[in-house]
This record gives sequence, C-alpha cells and structure tokens, in this order.
Amino acid sequence: MARSRLLSYTEKNTPIHRLSGITKLVFFLLWCITSAMTYDTRVLLVMIAVSFILFAVSKTKWRQVGGVFKFILLMMIINVIAIFLLSPYQGCDIYGSRTVIAHLFAGHDLTREELFYLFNVVIKYFTVTPAIFIFMVTTNPSEFAASLNMAGIPYTIAYSVSIALRYIPDVQDDYRRIHNAQEARGIEMSGKAKLMDRIRHTSAIIFPLLFSTMERIDVVSNAMELRGFGKKKKRTWYAHKKLTGSDYAALIFTVVFCAAALFFTFYDGSRFYNPFAG
Amino acid sequence: MREAPIIDFDHFTFKYRQQQEPSLADICLKVYPGEKILITGPSGCGKSTLAHCMNGLIPGAFPGEISGKLIVDGVSPSEEGVFGMSKRVGTVLQDTDGQFIGLTVAEDLAFALENDAVPQEEMLRRVDDIAGVVSMRDFLHHAPTELSGGQKQRVSMGGVLVDNVKILLFDEPLANLDPATGKHTIELIDELCRTRNVTVVIIEHRLEDVLWRDVDRIVVMDDGRITADESPDVLLCSDILERTGVREPLYITALKEAGAVLKPEDHPQHMETMNVEPYREQVQSWYRSAAFPAKENHNPEVLSVEDLSFCYNPGEPVLEGIRFRVRRGEMISIVGKNGAGKSTLSSLICGFYQPSGGRILLDGQDISPLSIKERGEKIGLVMQSPNQMISKPMISEEVGLGLAVRGTDPEEITRRVNETLKICGLYPMRNWPVSALSFGQKKRVSIASILVMEPELLILDEPTAGQDFRHYTEIMEFLKKLNEEMGLTILMITHDMHLMLEYTDRAIVLADGHLIADDLPSKILTNEEISDKAYLKKTSLYDLSLRCGIDDPSGFAERFILQERAHRHSPETGTQHIGGKASAGDPESAAAPGKEA
Amino acid sequence: MDKKKFGIREVVAIGIGTALFVVLTEVQIPIGIPNTALQPRMAVLAFLSAVFGPIVGAVIGLLGHALGDALFYGSVWWSWVFPEAVVGAAIGAIAGRLKVREGGFGKSQIILFNCVQIVANAAAWIVVAPILDILVYAEPANKVFIQGAFAWLGDVLIIGILGTILLAAYSKIAGKSSSLKKED
Ligand SMILES: Nc1ncnc2c1ncn2[C@@H]1O[C@H](COP(=O)(O)OP(=O)(O)OP(=O)(O)O)[C@@H](O)[C@H]1O
Ligand SMILES: Nc1ncnc2c1ncn2[C@@H]1O[C@H](COP(=O)(O)OP(=O)(O)OP(=O)(O)O)[C@@H](O)[C@H]1O
Ligand SMILES: [Mg+2]
Ligand SMILES: [Mg+2]
Repeated sequence: MARSRLLSYTEKNTPIHRLSGITKLVFFLLWCITSAMTYDTRVLLVMIAVSFILFAVSKTKWRQVGGVFKFILLMMIINVIAIFLLSPYQGCDIYGSRTVIAHLFAGHDLTREELFYLFNVVIKYFTVTPAIFIFMVTTNPSEFAASLNMAGIPYTIAYSVSIALRYIPDVQDDYRRIHNAQEARGIEMSGKAKLMDRIRHTSAIIFPLLFSTMERIDVVSNAMELRGFGKKKKRTWYAHKKLTGSDYAALIFTVVFCAAALFFTFYDGSRFYNPFAG
Repeated sequence: MREAPIIDFDHFTFKYRQQQEPSLADICLKVYPGEKILITGPSGCGKSTLAHCMNGLIPGAFPGEISGKLIVDGVSPSEEGVFGMSKRVGTVLQDTDGQFIGLTVAEDLAFALENDAVPQEEMLRRVDDIAGVVSMRDFLHHAPTELSGGQKQRVSMGGVLVDNVKILLFDEPLANLDPATGKHTIELIDELCRTRNVTVVIIEHRLEDVLWRDVDRIVVMDDGRITADESPDVLLCSDILERTGVREPLYITALKEAGAVLKPEDHPQHMETMNVEPYREQVQSWYRSAAFPAKENHNPEVLSVEDLSFCYNPGEPVLEGIRFRVRRGEMISIVGKNGAGKSTLSSLICGFYQPSGGRILLDGQDISPLSIKERGEKIGLVMQSPNQMISKPMISEEVGLGLAVRGTDPEEITRRVNETLKICGLYPMRNWPVSALSFGQKKRVSIASILVMEPELLILDEPTAGQDFRHYTEIMEFLKKLNEEMGLTILMITHDMHLMLEYTDRAIVLADGHLIADDLPSKILTNEEISDKAYLKKTSLYDLSLRCGIDDPSGFAERFILQERAHRHSPETGTQHIGGKASAGDPESAAAPGKEA
Repeated sequence: MDKKKFGIREVVAIGIGTALFVVLTEVQIPIGIPNTALQPRMAVLAFLSAVFGPIVGAVIGLLGHALGDALFYGSVWWSWVFPEAVVGAAIGAIAGRLKVREGGFGKSQIILFNCVQIVANAAAWIVVAPILDILVYAEPANKVFIQGAFAWLGDVLIIGILGTILLAAYSKIAGKSSSLKKED
C-alpha cells in the first residue's frame, strides 16, 4: 500500500551520499531557515537552481520521488486557491500597489501583485522540496543517528530517531494486515458511513495497532536492556563516519551561502523583493 | 570431582508483584559449565519466568518477591542487575523481530558493542568475526525485512555472542521456524556449545526437534515447580511428559502405542541411533493388526485455484501456476518453508491482493470481482497473531463485532455470540476483558469472532504456533469438531508436521512459489525428495518403520495417526493429562542430576 | 524499581511511537469540509503523551510531524510542526494525574484530560501555528486563522472521542482486574 510511495534511503556512491549525516542536516536546516526568512524572489530563484543542481548530483531518480512530488503539487494548488479566495489583496498589501488585470467576481480582482505574491509562495516551497528529497534519499539513517549524537544530542534521543526509522516499515505492515483483517470481517473503511461510524471503524484499526505497539515497546526495551543499552554515559556507533574535507567544505559553503542570501534579502530593510516599486 | 555449578537455584521462589501465588516455587536446579539443558513444560508453568531470573530481568524489569538463593556465574542476578548479567548471560528471545534492533544485520550484531563503547575499528573486526560464526557474512547490510525467519534467528544469536557470554539462554527458539530451519538452528546451537564452550539453556515445546542433537538433561516444569530433571534417555522411557502435557517425540509415542516398554539403555534419545532390536517384533505385529480404513471425500468443490500467479515486485514472482481444488468438508494443510508464499496465497484468496494471473473460484464462481468485504462473508481468515485481529476490549463485544457492523439485530447477535462462545469453550469468560486471557485463549477468541459469521471456508495461519501440547490439542480438537459436525471446510497454514499428519486429510506443499505436491500427509512426510525441497522434515515414524523392517513407511504412519485419533476421541485417554504435579513416580529420579566430570 | 524518569522504555516509546504516528499520517477521516480531515494520529499522540509524559509527547509530536511531512509530502511545514510538540507536551504534563497505567482513568480524569487537550489545542492551532505562519510564510492572517480554527476543531474532536476511548480502554486493561470469575 503506502510502502511504495514513501521516500527512503537508497544506497549509491555520489559526493552527496558520501557526506556525513550531520553535514546534510545542517545544510537542510539552514536551507529551510533561509528559505523561510526570505521572500526575495531573486534569492529564491538562485536557491531553486542550487537545489536542482544538488538534486542532479545526488543521482536521485524521478521514480524515487515522483509520487510524493505530484502530491505536493496538488497541495500547492489547493493552498494557492485558498489564499486567493480568502485574501485576494494580500499581495497588494505587501507590495503597496494595485495593478488590476481582470475582474473575476465580487471582491476578487486578479492583480499582478497577488499573482507575484502567489508565485513567491510557490517557489518558496520548491526551494525546500529538493532539499528534503536529497536529505531523505541520501542519508543512511544509522549514520545519521550516529552523527546526531556526535553533534551533541544525547545518544538516547539520537537512538530513538534510529528506532523510529527502523520500525516504520514494520508498523506499516502491521497496519496493512490489521486493515485487511477488519475489512474481511465486514468493516468498510471507505464507505459513506456517518461520521461517528467512521470514527468507530477507524478505531477498529487503531485499537489493535496501538496495543500491539505498546506490547512491542515492552519487548524491544527489554531486548535493548538485555544487551546493555544505556549502560554507559557514552556509546560508540558502528555506522559512524568521520567528518572529511568535503564535509567541512560543504558546511562552509552552506553557512556562507545562507548568510549571503539573508544579507542580500534584508539589506534594504524588507524581506520582499518589490518589482512594482518602479 | 566436579566443577562448581554455573547456575545454581537453591530453594528459589518468586512471586510477581501482581500475583497472589508464586510463579516459581522452591526451585532447586544446578547447571554445570558446558552443559546443555532443555527446559520444557506446559504454557504458563514458569519457564520464561525462570529465564528472566537468570538474566536479571527479574527483579530488574518485573518486580516481585524473591526468596531462596540464585547464583549465576558466581554472582547474584538481583544484585548484579540486567547490565551486569548481560556480560555473562546472552538471552535470545522468542520474538526475533523484537530482538532485532539495528537497521541492518551488521548494526544489530554490533549493538552490544556499541553500548559498551567499544572503539569503531575493534567493533568492525569483532562484528565480522561473529558474522562468520553464524554464517551471515553475506548479509551484513541487509535490513530485517529482507531476511528469512531462520536468518533473523542467526542474527539474534550472533548479537548475544559478540559479548563472549558464558551462558546462552534460548526462549522458544523454534517457534515460527520451518522444520528444516529449526533443524539448522539446533545444529548451530550445538556447534556453539561445543566449540565455544558455552553453557546452553533451551526452553522449548518442540521436544523432538530439539533432540535432533544431544542434550545433557531435560528439566520438566509444571505449575511453577520442577517435576523432573533427567537425562533424555531416562525421561523418554517414563510417562512424565505425557502426564505433564508435553508432547513426546512421535516415534516414542508410536513405540509405546505398539505396547513396547522402553529402556534407557537402548538410548531412545535419537531415532537414528536408538537400539530398536528389542521392540521390532512388537512394532511389526502392531502394524499388521492395525486397521486401515480409507477415507474419501466426494463432496462438491468449494474452492478451486487455477494457474494462480502473483508477484509483489514486477519480475519477482512469489507464486506461479498454483492449481488445486478443495472439496466441502475437507481439512487441508498448506506447508512449505519460510517465505514460500503460504501467507501470500491466503491473502490472494481473501482479496487483499489481486493475482497477476489465473483465477480463484468459490462454489464455481470466479471471485475476482468481489471486494475483501464480500469475500469475507464466505471466507473466514484467522491471522497468525490474534493481536492483529482483536479490536475490542471485551470478549463478547469482540466476537459480536462482525455481526454488529453488518447490522444484525442485537438479540440475534447475543444469541449467536453466546452459541459460538459455548462451542469455543469461552462462554464462562464472556464478560472478561481480552487481556485477561492466555495466548491460546486469545487465539480461540479470534477464531470465534470469525466463526460467528458462519463462513463456508475457514483459513487459519499457523493456528498452533507457540502453544503447548495441551492447548494445541484443545484447539485442534475443536477445529476437528467443527469440521466433522458442521461440515466446515478448513485450510491450515502450518510449520507443524505433527499437526499436518494428525489432523489433515491432504497437504499442499509449496516450494519457491510452485506447488510441488498435493497428497496424503503421510505420503509427503515419508517422501525424502519432497521433504528436502520444501524444507519439511520427514517424520521419525519413517525411520522407525524402516528400522523395524516395515517397508511401507507411509502406511505405517497412516495407521499410527488413525490409531491416535481414535484414542483421542475415546473418553478415558482424554482426561489423562490432569494433575501431573505429584513428584515423579520414578525411583531413579533422585535429586542429583548432571553429568559426571 | 529505581528507574529514572527517562529510561529505556521512554527512548523506545519515542522511537516506536514516532513510527506509529508517521504511518498514521495517511489515515484521515474526511468530515465534509474541504481540505480538512480528522487525523487519528492526533489521538495516538494524545494517548502516548498521556501514558509516557511530556518529553515523549513533545518529541513524538515534533519528530513524527516533521518526518511524516517529509516522507509523505516531501516538504516540512515547520509552522505546524512546533504546535504539535506543544500539544504533546501539554497533555504529557498531566500524565501523572491521569493514572492511565494504574487503571485509574475514570470520570474526573476524562474531564481533566479533555479540558487540557482543548486548551492545548487552542494554544497550538489558534495561537502558535497561525502566528508562525504569518511570521515565517507571510500568509494572509484571515486564511491562517480560519485554517487554525478548523485544525483546532478537528483535533479536539478526534482526541476527545478516539483519544478518550483509547485511554479508557487501555486503562481498563493495564490496571489489574483481579475480580474475574467464571460464570455459567
Ligand atoms: N509480568 C507478569 N506479571 C504477572 N504475572 C506474570 C507475568 N509474567 C508471567 N506471569 C505469570 O507467571 C506464570 C508463568 O509465566 P511464564 O511466562 O513464565 O510461563 P511459560 O512457562 O514461559 O509459558 P509459555 O510456554 O506460554 O511461554 C503465568 O501463570 C503468568 O500468569
Ligand atoms: N508486502 C510484501 N512486499 C514484498 N514482498 C513480500 C511482501 N510480503 C511477503 N513478501 C515476500 O513474498 C514471499 C512470500 O511471503 P509469505 O509471507 O507468503 O511466506 P510464507 O510462506 O507465509 O512464510 P512464513 O512461513 O515465514 O510465514 C517472501 O519472499 C516475502 O519476502
Ligand atoms: Mg514463555
Ligand atoms: Mg506466513
């Protein structure tokens, strides 16, 4: 079912795969922050260009991400329409001018400012999406957990990240199995039932799933304790990779790029790039 | 002269905090370095509790009251704690999925070392070593979902061996493994025991499978007490196992059936090496006297599967050209090694997946247009784990759920639920929460919740995994009754060769996605070629009959099974299992066991 | 048993709880309003927070939401990730008083649980999320507040119904019921 559509790590040998997880995390977080802060169209376009170059370098196949990508596109369209319906002049407020292209219906004139603003909203998402794709498909989860720990996150928390990734496929299988079993007993999951009935039917899946999860938590924590997890203050990692020259280069590039991008965005005092200012 | 025991229970008693009665009472057990012992006994008798005492989970994770003394490898587990014990005792849990913690084989093997903060280089070396020991070097970067049950078992063993432990503790290592993989597991354990000089404690219901390799002693537990502690040869000659409700090896039962009185000096531990001379005559005359009525079924077909093919990923067929028919009222087993596609076949029949080729007919109708729900009205599937099915906290609600969603009238629901609960022997507990039931009872709840919907065809995935002989018999007798009295057609997926032999009229064998046999179970289990190909284990009755000079092993097996069935239905033998707590009647079963050093 | 507050069980609970939360991302119950659906995963978050406490709740919310977004939608809506942690932490904060494990999740605990979840969800979806949306994404205020109000309503509903049922049922099971007797 859902299994195929999920993004998952695929082993390959590219410069990006060879980077340490922590490098990619820093890149990913700074990239997200920068993209969140800036509304400067030029910066956003440069970021998109860089993202797509990295995307190509990482040799990520469309097959790996296509399903997810289509979904984002759909979400994006809905979001844009919602903004336009609810707030047709947000763009005008931001850019301080109003150039009507066409009158649509009551209270909703299509303006160039609004279109430009919506364009910015869209490309803002697309600066982040390739970064997420790259991060998810090129980062070995165990190596990532190890590097989180090296970066100062307590190893218990770092390890829970690795447990989460380890158990997602298992829980998915459980989910599918329980879903089928209940449907075979006559519980329709998709039908046009009343709201309360739908909740009740969903609970017929959640219930066994949650309780087997609780049991699994007991079994796994006993198994981990039996093998000495949490015994010492420190822990080493099988999958740990030392930071290399390219990691440092990547880190420096990221920091410099993001700082420059933010500086460029804010030096005129506004986070927006205003082509209408004349 | 003998070394000091490595495990020493001295009048040890333990009571869980939530319980009123102790779960272990007055346990005295000594295990010497290098020994390999087997602990067996009915479900709930305290075997796992005993194991938890040795690895420190009791009282570390399960609090309770302890009295008496326990020394393991020179220390007391309750003082040393779970961490301290983890250096000395390696525990392999029954649930290999729960035990598999790492994202890959290599990381799981390294887990204990990581926790010990072993430097990475040394870790890489030691993981590589241990992967060699359990022959998993080629799989180091595989994820758990890419491994078979037997391979996961190997990883679990490797994971505890890296620590150079002195004691290995296996809690039901064979559950869910196909017979051949189980055999390899036992061989591996035996090899480890000899080459690495570890002490091994195995907890298991499947006695015959464990006895594939020598064990030094068998400890039988019942109701929190040790009722026997004997060498296998002595124990197998007594009636302790039968009284306790533990299944004896099949050839032993057959010999006893033939009227033989076994003697320890003939070494009944292994069929292959046992001295059968003294019993030959008896077995032969039994064979000649036993009746052999043929049973045939001419009912109309319920299910027919025609050239069925399926693959999860394009280009990797899981099933190919499967073709078989099932007549009304038949009881059939589906067998084959782990990953052969048995569960997949049942999923296809129930409509969870669409076949990539071929058809499935139910009562002569192609069912491909029917939804899961529509098929569910005629076909009932009981999944392997009851936890995946039970979704209501109370028993009667759970059983009535299927009817309730169909909009059956509440009075009718109550009537049918109560009726079904009576059939399943759960009526007295109808107002209990499901959580108060044992695994076997939960399994019966999940069967009841399907039966109440009156399916025509019942499919059970591993109905008896992890159940002791008594509950196993209970469940199977119950299914047999449904089959005989209500004419229910039953398909069972199983790894249990005994079950297939004793309860089913026909067996369908899958191997590598193909159907390689569809025949009488006794014929299949005496056919070496098929057994090898499908990772089955040929029954020990085969060897017994050959070694007794009977050259019709399948006829011999068939007669034995018929006799067994007849016995089970006669009332006197049915109640024989009760009690069994009285101390063993054997005069030789004195307290001091173990081997002379 | 002298276990620390944050032991192995909690680590595993975060890990497996997050996995469960992520898997349930896809399970949605539409309620007829476009683009809004009840999210059963919120009930699971509430459940796990109420059983394991604030840290587990907050981390599952944070990690689960970010991971679920990233894995299923290829994008992370940070402004909606943090409020999730707020809900988890707030419900987790009263874990001790809910006595779920001890079998004491009765009427007064149900009321307390629901009061807290209503307030926590309000703080998360009507205050934190919209403000972050405006600050970070410069989205129009009326849109984000309307969105927030729907999210609040949906989560209050699903946690109030499904969450309460789950907790009550689990509490009944976890608390030992020693009064069981066979009837005829
Ligand atoms: N955590 C627990 N709390 C309270 N009682 C328990 C607990 N675990 C086991 N018991 C009780 O202790 C007894 C022995 O259980 P144990 O698990 O040791 O049985 P077992 O011999 O291993 O059975 P099986 O073959 O089914 O695994 C049972 O009656 C059970 O009810
Ligand atoms: N959801 C899935 N996606 C991809 N492959 C799968 C899936 N489920 C099972 N398989 C593969 O299909 C094959 C058949 O699996 P199946 O579960 O039917 O085996 P089985 O005969 O029931 O084994 P077991 O005795 O261990 O239960 C295996 O190789 C398995 O790895
Ligand atoms: Mg046990
Ligand atoms: Mg199977």
